[in-house]
Amino acid sequence: MPIATPEERARYQALARRLTPGRPVVRNTARAFVVGGLICELGQVIQALFVRYGGFKPAEAGNPTVAVLILLAAIFTAIGVYDRFAQWAGAGSAVPVTGFSNTMTSAAMEHRSEGFVAGIGGNMFKVSGPVIVYGVVSAFFIALIRYVVEHL
Amino acid sequence: MSAWTFLWAFVVGGAICAIGQVIMDTTKLTPGHVMSMLVVAGAIADGLGVYDPLIKFAGAGATVPITSFGNALVHGALHEAKVHGLIGVITGIFEVTSAGISAAIVFAFLAAVFAKPKG
Repeated sequence: MPIATPEERARYQALARRLTPGRPVVRNTARAFVVGGLICELGQVIQALFVRYGGFKPAEAGNPTVAVLILLAAIFTAIGVYDRFAQWAGAGSAVPVTGFSNTMTSAAMEHRSEGFVAGIGGNMFKVSGPVIVYGVVSAFFIALIRYVVEHL
Repeated sequence: MSAWTFLWAFVVGGAICAIGQVIMDTTKLTPGHVMSMLVVAGAIADGLGVYDPLIKFAGAGATVPITSFGNALVHGALHEAKVHGLIGVITGIFEVTSAGISAAIVFAFLAAVFAKPKG
């Protein structure tokens, strides 16, 4: 079997680099911006409804809004729509809290066949776990620093 | 909450998602890494006192992205610390985020029980 000379190898690698499609960063980012913006806009509308009809103060309406968005994302994940949509929207569907709900719902559904405890219970936080771990650890140290600074 | 909040909710929320997408596309980091980074960024922003003004300005554009989870964790810890002293940093962390975490657990569980995964 003939062995490629270094020049041939270099030529092949240059060709492969040229022909490998780059990631469409601009298109992906534009999609993420629009979809993420629309999900936040939906949140803003839900929040306004809670303020107007639910008797919530604007500052308190964030939590019920998040709960509603999480419910919607869980439903759309359950009927198999969210994951298809996520492939198109990328970070636009992953960064909002709906993406957090989607990772938990799909992990729970995917491992349902392994049983209620080891399957659903054991895998629900498989993907969303890091977010909670690093959120809580960083929040602990940041709050600690703030507390110490304010009480010096 | 003025009418402008509806515009800024879209712009700011979209911008945070766009930042996440750029990090994902230009580095080899996985979505899990990017989400964790955004949560930590939100926690730091609240520690510096800049997240609350952003919420006032952009409403759901700041409270819906995952960065607000980091913000809410720090908020809960600081609020409890104000009332109960240093121990509040531990006891208060989940105080504000209870809605999000509880809702996500309950709905994910129900979905897994009643829905069949597709393909």
